[in-house]
Amino acid sequence: MADEDVVLLDFWPSPFGMRVRIALAEKEIKYEYKEEDLRNKSDLLLKMNPIHKKIPVLIHNGKPVCESLVQVQYIDEIWPHKSPLLPTDPYQRAIARFWGDFVDKKIYGLESRKVWSTKGEEQEAAKKEFIECLKLLEGELGNKAYFGGENLGYVDVVLVPFYSWFYAYEKCGNFSIETECPKLIAWAKRCMEKDSVSKSLPDQDKIYDYVLHLKKVFGIE
Amino acid sequence: MKWRTIFSSKTMGDDEEVKVFGMWASPYSRRVELALKLKGIPYEYIEEDLSNKSALLIKHNPVHQKIPVLVHNGKSIPESLVILEYIDETWRNNPILLSQDPYDRAMARFWAKFIDEKILSTTRKVSFTTGKEQEHAIEEVTEQLKLLENEVKGKAYFGGEGIGYVDIVANFLVFWFGNLQEALGINIFSQHKFPFIFEWIQKQLKIDMVDECRIPKDKHLTYIQTRLAAFKSASK
Repeated sequence: MADEDVVLLDFWPSPFGMRVRIALAEKEIKYEYKEEDLRNKSDLLLKMNPIHKKIPVLIHNGKPVCESLVQVQYIDEIWPHKSPLLPTDPYQRAIARFWGDFVDKKIYGLESRKVWSTKGEEQEAAKKEFIECLKLLEGELGNKAYFGGENLGYVDVVLVPFYSWFYAYEKCGNFSIETECPKLIAWAKRCMEKDSVSKSLPDQDKIYDYVLHLKKVFGIE
Repeated sequence: MKWRTIFSSKTMGDDEEVKVFGMWASPYSRRVELALKLKGIPYEYIEEDLSNKSALLIKHNPVHQKIPVLVHNGKSIPESLVILEYIDETWRNNPILLSQDPYDRAMARFWAKFIDEKILSTTRKVSFTTGKEQEHAIEEVTEQLKLLENEVKGKAYFGGEGIGYVDIVANFLVFWFGNLQEALGINIFSQHKFPFIFEWIQKQLKIDMVDECRIPKDKHLTYIQTRLAAFKSASK
């Protein structure tokens, strides 16, 4: 492959950014990682993602690609030969995209944040829905090693970054995800045995500290 | 850089059973019908009563229990954007909805997400709020539409040379959005404010299949007004 220039504008606790890090690592693509200060966004970020002004932004040979699910598919299509993430069959691809969309709406969505950002009844309702959604994912995983089958696939890459946030959720919500969803935790640990995943996810204690910091900043108990 | 086409190539005439569970006033549902019509794929349409969802719909979309759902030879595919890509990958005849080029594909997916997660989401706020909250939502959706206007400026279609994925996703602008704003008695969207989108709409209307997916105006206005009245009385 000709000299590729790949830059990732990212923010270390972002699970969306982690997806892109994992995808690039799976494809063994060298890239420049640039940490953004979200309270003081760089000119480059604002220029490359003028519409959303958000990370992650993937810049490939000077051209920006935004939105993590779009980025993961782009990475898979540009470098198709190593570690293909989406299957070739159109129906299997549709199932993978469906679950990727589900993860975004239900696990990464605004409602799930209430597990750490609220208390009392609101928090209990959020916890219940969160666990229900994780159980649906467990059902989809079934007895497979990964959502992608024998290897990491699209849904694995889309979901596993959230594992780094589980400890923070458990501490704030006072519950155990492993008790509720043991198969999913086993899957996450299996993913973490891969360098592409373990080197892309920050330490869960650091994420917990970050969540505590966010709670302080937003005046949440 | 071209991304290899590695899917099965099906054309009309194969032994196919294609069903669409939809709802006549849903822009998400209409997208799927439009894509199938453009590709010349015959399908059976099943109209769902959203206040009384059928057991079949729930069977084919147990997770979200929503329309549209495409059922192809017994395999269920929910979520309109997922369905559109499935249609394009399964039936490889013209029009090809998504480019072969990975960067163009990424741009198309970006705009489809923008339409769904920003424009249509904010439009829901416009419909279901009042006063200052509605004013703010109107401002927000106007800004979002301006970004879309910019994207189609100087182009015959969002995708370039022919109708494609983003044009289909943006189909809500051709009938649905205009009807909605009339029912709400607001004026966000006009030829004066959005000349390029309006020009694009005129081109879309020249396509027979787009016209076949027309949401009948009077029926739609009545439907929206009924829904709004029900919502208002429920929130009292």
